[in-house]
Amino acid sequence: MSNNFNFDAKIPTGPLADKWDRHMIDNPLVAPGGNRRKRTIIVVGTGLAGGGAAATLGELGYNVLNFCIQDSPRRAHSVAAQGGINASKNYQNDGDSVYRLFYDTIKGGDYRSREANVYRLAELSMAIIDQSVAMGVPFAREYGGTLANRTFGGVQVSRTFYARGQTGQQLLLGVYSALSRQVDAGTVKMFPRHEMLDLVVVDGKARGIIVRELMTGEIKRYAADAVVLATGGYSPVFYLSTNAVNSNATAAWRAHRRGALFSNPCYTQIHPTAVPQLGDYQSKLTLMSESLRNDGRVWVPGKAGDGRKPTDIPEADRDYYLERRYPAFGNMVPRDIAARAALVECDQGKSAHLSEQSVYLDFAEAIGRLGRDVVADRYGNLFAMYEEITGENPYETPMMIYPAPHYTMGGLWVDYNLESTIEGLFVAGEANFSDHGANRLGASALMQGLADGYFVVPRVVANYLAGADLKDTNPDAAEFKDVENDVQTHLRKLLSIKGNRTVREIHWDLGRVMWTKVGMARNREGLTEAIGRIKELRQTFWQDLALAGTDSDLNKQLEQANRLGDYLELGEVMARDALMREESCGGHFREEHKTEDGEAKRDDANFTFVSAWEYTGQDKEPVMHKEDLVFENVELKTRSYK
Amino acid sequence: MSDKGITINLKIWRQARGADKGNFVDYTVENVLPEMSFLEMLDILNEQLVKKGEEAVEFDNDCREGICGTCGLVIKGVAHGPHAATTTCEVRMRNFTDGETVTVEPFRAGPFPIIKDLVVDRLAFDRIQQKGGFVSMNVGSAPDGNAVPVPKVSADKAMDAASCIGCGACVAACPNASASLFVSAKISQFAYLPQGEPERVRRALAMVAQMDEEGFGDCSNHGECEAVCPKEISIEHIAKMRREYLRGAIRGA
Repeated sequence: MSNNFNFDAKIPTGPLADKWDRHMIDNPLVAPGGNRRKRTIIVVGTGLAGGGAAATLGELGYNVLNFCIQDSPRRAHSVAAQGGINASKNYQNDGDSVYRLFYDTIKGGDYRSREANVYRLAELSMAIIDQSVAMGVPFAREYGGTLANRTFGGVQVSRTFYARGQTGQQLLLGVYSALSRQVDAGTVKMFPRHEMLDLVVVDGKARGIIVRELMTGEIKRYAADAVVLATGGYSPVFYLSTNAVNSNATAAWRAHRRGALFSNPCYTQIHPTAVPQLGDYQSKLTLMSESLRNDGRVWVPGKAGDGRKPTDIPEADRDYYLERRYPAFGNMVPRDIAARAALVECDQGKSAHLSEQSVYLDFAEAIGRLGRDVVADRYGNLFAMYEEITGENPYETPMMIYPAPHYTMGGLWVDYNLESTIEGLFVAGEANFSDHGANRLGASALMQGLADGYFVVPRVVANYLAGADLKDTNPDAAEFKDVENDVQTHLRKLLSIKGNRTVREIHWDLGRVMWTKVGMARNREGLTEAIGRIKELRQTFWQDLALAGTDSDLNKQLEQANRLGDYLELGEVMARDALMREESCGGHFREEHKTEDGEAKRDDANFTFVSAWEYTGQDKEPVMHKEDLVFENVELKTRSYK
Repeated sequence: MSDKGITINLKIWRQARGADKGNFVDYTVENVLPEMSFLEMLDILNEQLVKKGEEAVEFDNDCREGICGTCGLVIKGVAHGPHAATTTCEVRMRNFTDGETVTVEPFRAGPFPIIKDLVVDRLAFDRIQQKGGFVSMNVGSAPDGNAVPVPKVSADKAMDAASCIGCGACVAACPNASASLFVSAKISQFAYLPQGEPERVRRALAMVAQMDEEGFGDCSNHGECEAVCPKEISIEHIAKMRREYLRGAIRGA
């Protein structure tokens, strides 16, 4: 462990509420017109953060190159977010404010995020709603025509805006419409089916990327004045997760290998309500939105091994364990707490009758109280999705649910300007580490994606371009050719192995190690074992991988193999980070560190810091640096939802 | 039926990249469990192929929960398969019987050229969207979210239209390869909202013109699009699109 890295989070001075405004006044701008047009910015990713940034930079007049792996920017994984987006509008007059959203997010993140970043997020939340409404996002409305709200976990106000169970889709289509307009205007050039495989650094500054055009396999070089990564998180390191099957960490990981530090990799969010794993053929886990806990009650049979059907179990024999353990928040406790509570029950043999790793989410009470039509109006699409997968009707039989990897709070280290430790490389959305600490509250991912995309990135990138001393460079420069050469060599090496184990088989093995040892509950022995197992799997991968086809064609097996190679490195750093962090906080639960009643026990004296890992070479131990977290406005307390 | 599941005989369209023609190739997948998804069954097939050193069957897919619109196969002659209101990735194997022969084809339409095997190019949809599928509203100039009340009924209708996932099944199912359902859903969403009002005429004219330009056919009210739409988008929106277009054609943009 060392601490020789020169950290400067560049947090503006002054009172919390003034920091962002002051910062904007204190920094230089780029004048409209020709000065902006001659600046090229690469944005990787077209989700809420990437697409939002690309469209907004285009509106401002910059020359934007926007890349995505999907066949259309409208399919970025933000599309899958179901429940909603938070904003401190206080439209419900229930006591909400910027400070309350800030405080809830800091507390929800178990006091492991930066105050200044989180406050800015809470401030910007309101403008996101205004912007999205003005763009024609069809949010749910009341009969009077005003915007409707619902409640999400970990808070006691109703501040979540939604569009049925498809909020992410609708916000993304809003971003996509703004992008489409800029593509037509010629400010944004769109590159669908292009995957970033490396970052080009010239004179210490991010100046370009190497991409693979997925349709043809062609490797291409692109140069720019700044690079923005908005490529999402790394949940698929667990193999089974709620993420899309093409979601991956390769762009972020390759940037890490080029010098960007990776922060808090062990902070992963296991979402409490997904459809349980039903077999080993499975390719993904399907999320059932957190909004269901507004009306659904979570329970298990009171006795271990109760084999009765849920509808045959009388009230007296049921344990509504969240309501029992957390009377103040009940079923609406934050995700990390609800997930771990399910694990505790299942470990005691109390589970739903069809799977030992599942609990019930029951709507009988809500249907009795509200009627079936109201429940169908609120959750109909989720119920239909559930029935399609399991063959069971949730209006009549309680849903079976179990936690599943869903989101990753860790990511590339960024300062207040979302700039990584590589100058000119900005990281937005889930790909950075900055706003959610050790646990993200529900409906806050969409908020962060759009805050970064619409508001933060356009300003901080402008500040950077106005002040940076950038030499001329182009894709034919030696630095670009060298990096392209590395990429080509890497791909050919994968194809030359000609072993016997498929990508899916090795990924499945990695996922099992990550889920059992680096999942919801972790301990020293398990983490040490995981580090060894992952190293072995990395060897298996490089010696026995089976691939067919070529690199000069559409070849999804090759794409997945290339991503898996990175997961096999990232997984080890996650385990190392979890091993280093001798405390429990948020999504990181160390069995050695808990209170008498089984709750997470932080160690503020020794662990109030952000870890930031430095890549030191293939198969070499990474080096950890620390950014100390300073709390000037919030008092660190034991997080309680009782 | 073996005790481990059923056997499925597949006839899958294979076409090399850049080739003009392709052909059906027969494959068999054994031990298929009823709760597997159709794509998970294809994953198993691909694993078998790769282990034999053969190229995997390429098919587009991503979220595997019916929302991203990436997947799209014609299964047994029907876009997105036998079950109504589902995407290809949501089709479960309990809909098939032991020993059944199942044909698998790409979404076929002139404006959706085949890239490889079952993967098609749907960029024409993006180009239509770029011509007017937006509200011209720069970041920073929005009024308060509640400044303009929107009747719940209008918001709900806009949301019905906005549910479109842009998968292209409507085009694949239409005998004319018309994109009318897709285009009308976007035009309709904005036409129901006050935010879409200032550009509604210009939008309808521009998007319809681009649809024609891309080579999609016209709508002749077969209704096949509505039948296969995984999000159950109604052809009422096509009627609304026609009204919007007519209004523009008469009054001018």
